[in-house]
Amino acid sequence: MQKLILTEEEQMVRESAADFLSQKAGPGALRNIRDTANPQGFSSEVWLEMAELGWPSILIQEAQGGLGFSHVAMGQIMELCGSTLACSPLFSTAVVGASVLSLGGDRLALLPKVAAGNLTLALAIDEAPRHNPQSIATRAVRRGDGYTLNGEKTFVVDGNVADYLIVSVRADEDPEDVLLFLVPRDAEGVTITKTEMVDSRNSATVQINDVTVESDQLIGQSGTGLATLQKVLNIANVHLSAELLGIANECFGRTLRYLNERKQFGVEIGSFQGLQHRAAILWTEIELCKSIVLKALRALDESPDEAGLLASTAKAKTCQVAELASNEGIQMHGGIGMTDEFDIGFFIKRARVAQMLYGDRRYHLNRYAELRAY
Amino acid sequence: MQDLGEFRGTTRLWLEENCPLSMRQPVTERDICSGGRRFVFQSDDQKLWLERMVERGWTAPTWPLEYGGGGLNQDQAKVLREEMARITARLPLQGMGTSMIGPAILEFGSDALKKQHLPQIARGEIRWCQGYSEPGSGSDLAGLQTRAEDHGDHFIVNGQKVWTSNADQADWMFCLVRTDFEASKHAGISLVLFDMESAGVTARPIRLISGASVFCETFLEDVRVEKSQVVGDVNNGWTIAKYLLTHEREMIGGIGTAAGTRTLGELATEAIGLSDGRLSDEMLRTEVATWEVDSRCHQLTMERVRDEMAASGVGNTSAMIKYYGTEMNKRRFELLMALGGSDALHWKEGTDTQRWLRSKGNSIEGGTSEIQLNIISKRILGLG
Repeated sequence: MQKLILTEEEQMVRESAADFLSQKAGPGALRNIRDTANPQGFSSEVWLEMAELGWPSILIQEAQGGLGFSHVAMGQIMELCGSTLACSPLFSTAVVGASVLSLGGDRLALLPKVAAGNLTLALAIDEAPRHNPQSIATRAVRRGDGYTLNGEKTFVVDGNVADYLIVSVRADEDPEDVLLFLVPRDAEGVTITKTEMVDSRNSATVQINDVTVESDQLIGQSGTGLATLQKVLNIANVHLSAELLGIANECFGRTLRYLNERKQFGVEIGSFQGLQHRAAILWTEIELCKSIVLKALRALDESPDEAGLLASTAKAKTCQVAELASNEGIQMHGGIGMTDEFDIGFFIKRARVAQMLYGDRRYHLNRYAELRAY
Repeated sequence: MQDLGEFRGTTRLWLEENCPLSMRQPVTERDICSGGRRFVFQSDDQKLWLERMVERGWTAPTWPLEYGGGGLNQDQAKVLREEMARITARLPLQGMGTSMIGPAILEFGSDALKKQHLPQIARGEIRWCQGYSEPGSGSDLAGLQTRAEDHGDHFIVNGQKVWTSNADQADWMFCLVRTDFEASKHAGISLVLFDMESAGVTARPIRLISGASVFCETFLEDVRVEKSQVVGDVNNGWTIAKYLLTHEREMIGGIGTAAGTRTLGELATEAIGLSDGRLSDEMLRTEVATWEVDSRCHQLTMERVRDEMAASGVGNTSAMIKYYGTEMNKRRFELLMALGGSDALHWKEGTDTQRWLRSKGNSIEGGTSEIQLNIISKRILGLG
């Protein structure tokens, strides 16, 4: 069993990512994207540099042109993307999309392009405001060798920019069966509408009207879609947990600095016990998050089939703590924390979107209890 | 050094062959083997298990062989813990000797003190108690007033200690006393050792809200303590006290996560049953799941902190472990009470009802939760 500390290699990835993101990302970069209403939602230049650093290829096997490195390594980057609010298609494409193709099958041989940073993907699964991956009204009707798809998807992260959508549907001939299809963004019958989100990041709704797909666009076989999706969602939620840890930790760091600077009644407000104890509790909760996130990332590397329970544990815990840290962050900054000019607001906005994506704390607590058979 | 995988193999084999089956059950407060002159073994297996582990040095796995320990490094000790947990083997010996004063003597004591005390502790021959709190100094421990007057080769000690766990059962006490009455409060303290059978020592049990009496008040009247029994230097006791408090916090912080304990989810299922595969009370189901998630994260944090300590030797996290672990244990018992309903409110000996009341002390003993939060905010976060 691997220890709950980073290996030297993982530590190196973390340090190089911290170095890169401190220069290329941060609330200022996000503010710029928001204020210039950049329709792409991220900087192509930064994404290109991420690709040069090899980030999109970390989770892809060497045979498919990737590095075949670890979830722990990618998790370090995700955590730092959280603390720097970095905008890029890294999560949607290199974590989620690449995992779908790696686990489900890559008949169109897209993975080498993903690894090189030349192709982006977006997972389109939710149909209602609250995550429920099994509730799918989108239907696939068999037509000759292929299928015709009809339905509507919401909260499709990076759906407005991705080259391919990965769409979950139920087979008309067997509604128990969930199928995953690769649909090019410009396929006839596909209408993509960008959603303006509170965190200024990319999300879209996707309408699918009589979209024709060939059988080689089906990922995996019929009968395996739901299992693949569950595994992918475990991976996605562990990496979102890493991002939420990064957000919580950064909110806390900024708040702690403020407690040491801000003076009222002639002293630093950090000298007041009422604030000290809240800071200490928050720090403790963040330490707990560090442990569960690392454990869950290791589980993805070492025993992915058993990672479900740890994934839900990690997401439930980091959702709770990111909510606490961002709320306390604003409260302890006082009035200035409410202003748009001050950066802390960007963190609470991103936290809530990352919390809600693929199931919030309540969703994962319920899933935890189900997996524990109660 | 033996390869770790090989060590795991031989350890597993040895435990399989030597741990009696009845010693592979979760331990309760009643069947802890605490050792000591007055200890009466509850079974032949309990005695056999202690003897076998003593022979191996595994009652104190990381202590040097010459002092009765097992001579294991941290990685091997972790493997031993894991292998014991795998078969839910009980600790053969548990108490203040192996977990508190032993490590302190090893770290700060003279060679003579090590030779005198450590082998006896490792063999389970002497049971220890801790003389820290006083009626006038609880959270403000360094304000303690028990006086040790210098009489050349010995001290004469006068004062009163309180919350001394099992003082009425213990053979020796490690005790904080004031040896310099002029110095600032932290600078005039020494840690001394004495036999509880010394003239002038009286221990009186205190009845708690749980009905149990594990704590005592201990009166010290003209107790003679040899100077050879000072741990470390005279007037340097506060350094050792802080070291010991760190150990104590980690120990108390691990409460409720002991191996072999049944999960809260299992206990909840047994208590209120399932309907359609879900606990029959939705509100309790949510609270049980929330608790289990927090508990798992706490457990993993203890593991991570140990791994970090072993790798880099740095760590300042015992206050966090203590704070969170004890608050978790209190929450656990509140949930068990809720799950039990009115049945849980029957007054009976040896039940969760009494353990629920006892758990209220967890966030007081060894430094209150509020003191732990003070430590975190001042020493770790650097808040003025």
